Amino acid sequence: MQLEILSAVQLGAMIAKREVSCREVSKYFLDRVHQFDSIVSAMVNVFDEATVMEQADQVDSRILGGEKLSPLAGLPITIKDVLCLEGLPTTCSSKMLQNFRPPYNATSVQRLIDAGMIVLGKTNMDEFAMGSSTENSAFFPSRNPWALDRTPGGSSGGSAVTVAAGMSPLSIGSDTGGSVRQPAAFCGVCGLKPTYGLVSRFGLIAFASSLDQVGPFAHHVEDLAAVLQVIAGHDPRDSTSLNVAIPDLTSGLNAPLKGLRVGVVREHQDHPALDPEISKAVQATQKLLQSLGATIEEVHLPNSRHSVATYYVIAPCEASSNLARYEAAHYGYRARMTTEASSKSSTSGRNPLEEMMVVSRSQGLGEEVKRRIMLGTFALSAGYSDAYYKQALKVRRLIANDYQQAFQKVDVLLGPAFPTPAFRLGEKIDDPVQMYLGDQFTVEANLAGIPAMSLPAGFTRDGLPLAIQLQAPQLQEARLLNVGHQLQRAGLFEPKIAGLV
Amino acid sequence: MNVSREDILKVASLSKLELAEAEFEVVASKFRNVLAFVEQLNEVDTTGVEEMAHPVDVHTVTRSDTLQESLDHDVALSNAPKSDGEFFLVPPVLG
Repeated sequence: MQLEILSAVQLGAMIAKREVSCREVSKYFLDRVHQFDSIVSAMVNVFDEATVMEQADQVDSRILGGEKLSPLAGLPITIKDVLCLEGLPTTCSSKMLQNFRPPYNATSVQRLIDAGMIVLGKTNMDEFAMGSSTENSAFFPSRNPWALDRTPGGSSGGSAVTVAAGMSPLSIGSDTGGSVRQPAAFCGVCGLKPTYGLVSRFGLIAFASSLDQVGPFAHHVEDLAAVLQVIAGHDPRDSTSLNVAIPDLTSGLNAPLKGLRVGVVREHQDHPALDPEISKAVQATQKLLQSLGATIEEVHLPNSRHSVATYYVIAPCEASSNLARYEAAHYGYRARMTTEASSKSSTSGRNPLEEMMVVSRSQGLGEEVKRRIMLGTFALSAGYSDAYYKQALKVRRLIANDYQQAFQKVDVLLGPAFPTPAFRLGEKIDDPVQMYLGDQFTVEANLAGIPAMSLPAGFTRDGLPLAIQLQAPQLQEARLLNVGHQLQRAGLFEPKIAGLV
Repeated sequence: MNVSREDILKVASLSKLELAEAEFEVVASKFRNVLAFVEQLNEVDTTGVEEMAHPVDVHTVTRSDTLQESLDHDVALSNAPKSDGEFFLVPPVLG
C-alpha cells in the first residue's frame, strides 16, 4: 500500500484504529528517506533506525493501552534544521553550528513530540535561513525532486523535498520572507506561514525576530490545519507569542465558500517578472473560486513595489543583531588559532579574545550570511540608520496599511507565490539582487504579520510544479485553510509524489 | 551612495568579521549592488508615518520573580568550545 499519498489525517486515523502500526508507518517512511536522500540531499541528520523504532513502539503501546492520542499520533515528520531538537545536532546548515547539540527542544517541536509524532530527522536549508534556493547550505545544495537540476527553493528546501518525494508525510520549517511558501511552491506541496506570534519562536534559531514564524508542509490542506492545531498557542517562553485562544482549525474546513470575497492584487498580476503560466494558474484559481460561489474583486497594494527593498533592510538589520551571539565562547565553531593568527592580533589591534571571535565568525559563517550581517550593521550604524533602517520601518507601515485597507473590501487575497517555477541550481546564486527580487510576493505577509499559504496549482508544460498564494488578515488561519481545502476538493490540485525511481 | 573600500572594511570590523583579500572584491561588489537596490526606499514619502518595528502590538511581558528550573551546569557547558568543567574558557582579553 502506498502510504505516502494518503493524507496524514487519514493515515493517523488508520494508526488510531490499529489498521496499521506506527512501527510499520515509521519504517515505511524511514526506508524512503534511505532510498531517496542520496538523490535529493534533503536531510542534514537522520535518526538511526533503532531510535525511530523505539519512538514508534512507544506510541504503539500507548495506542494498545487504549490511550486517547492526538489525530497525528504515530505519524512521521521531518524538521528544518533551524529548530532545536534534542538527540541530533541542530546546525542551521552552518559550519558555525555543525556540532551544536541543543540542550532542549523548541516549543513547536516539543508539542509535536507530545502529540505522539515520530521525528525522522533534520532537513537541509539555506544557512541560517538566508536564501531562496537551499544553495547557501554550508554542507550541500538540495535538489528539486521534480527536476534534479533545479533548486527546491528555500530556505526550507529540505523540508519541502521530504514531503514532495514522499520521504515524510509532514514537515515543519520557518518562514521569514517566504521560506516555507516558496519551497512548497517549487516542490508542488502545500505550505503555510501562520500569523506572526501564533507559533512560539522558543528554540527557533533567530534570523529576523519580527518576521520569523514556524509553519507546516503537507500534501493536503487538512494536514496543514492538523499540524498548526498542534503547534499553535501561547508560550510563556516567547514574549512575542500571542496570548489568544486558538480556534478549532479543522471543523470549518468544509464550510461552503458562497459569498466569500476574494481580492486579486493588480500589482501582483501585472508584475513584469510574472511567468505567464503562473499568471494563468492564478486566473484559473479565480474561476474555480467563482464556481464555488466566491466573488472576485480587484485590489491595490500601491506600496507593493517597495516590499523587497523594505524586507532586505529590516531582515539584515535584525540578523546583524541576532547573529552577534555567535562569538565562539559558549557554543558553536571556534577557529583553531595558529601562532600566525595570534601574532596577527598585535597588528590588527585586536586583543586575543576579539581576534578569536573575528576569525571564528569569519571562518564559521558563509558569504551570504556575512554579507547580510554587514548590510544590517551598516544600515543600523551611526549616520545611516535614519536613511535605511528607520525609513524601511516606515515603508513597512505603509505596506501593512495597504493590506489593512484591502482586507476591508475582501476576505482573502489570491495571487502568485513566486514569479517563476523552480529555477536551476546555480542560476541566480551569484546575483543577490536577482535572487531577492523573486521574494516579491512572499515578503509582504511577513512584513504585515499576516497568515499566508501556497498551494500547488498544476504543472508547467515542462512538468514543473505551479503554485498560487492565498493571504488573509491576522489570525484568520481558519478562513485561509477553509478556502484552501475547498480549492483542493474542487480540483485545484491532486497531491502527487515526485517519482524518483 | 558611494561605498569605499574603507567603508566596507569598517563595517566588517563593526560586524566582528574579516574578509580575506581573495573574497573582498566579490563581497564588496555584491554589498554595493544590494545597497544600491534598497536605496529606492528614499523615493517613498514617509512624512508623518510611524515606524513599524513589529507586526503586532507588543507589550512588555512580565512574570513573577520566582525560582524556576534552569539548565544544569554541565548541560550548559556541554557545547562549549573550551571549558574547565566549571567555566567557559576563552583567550585572554588583555593581549
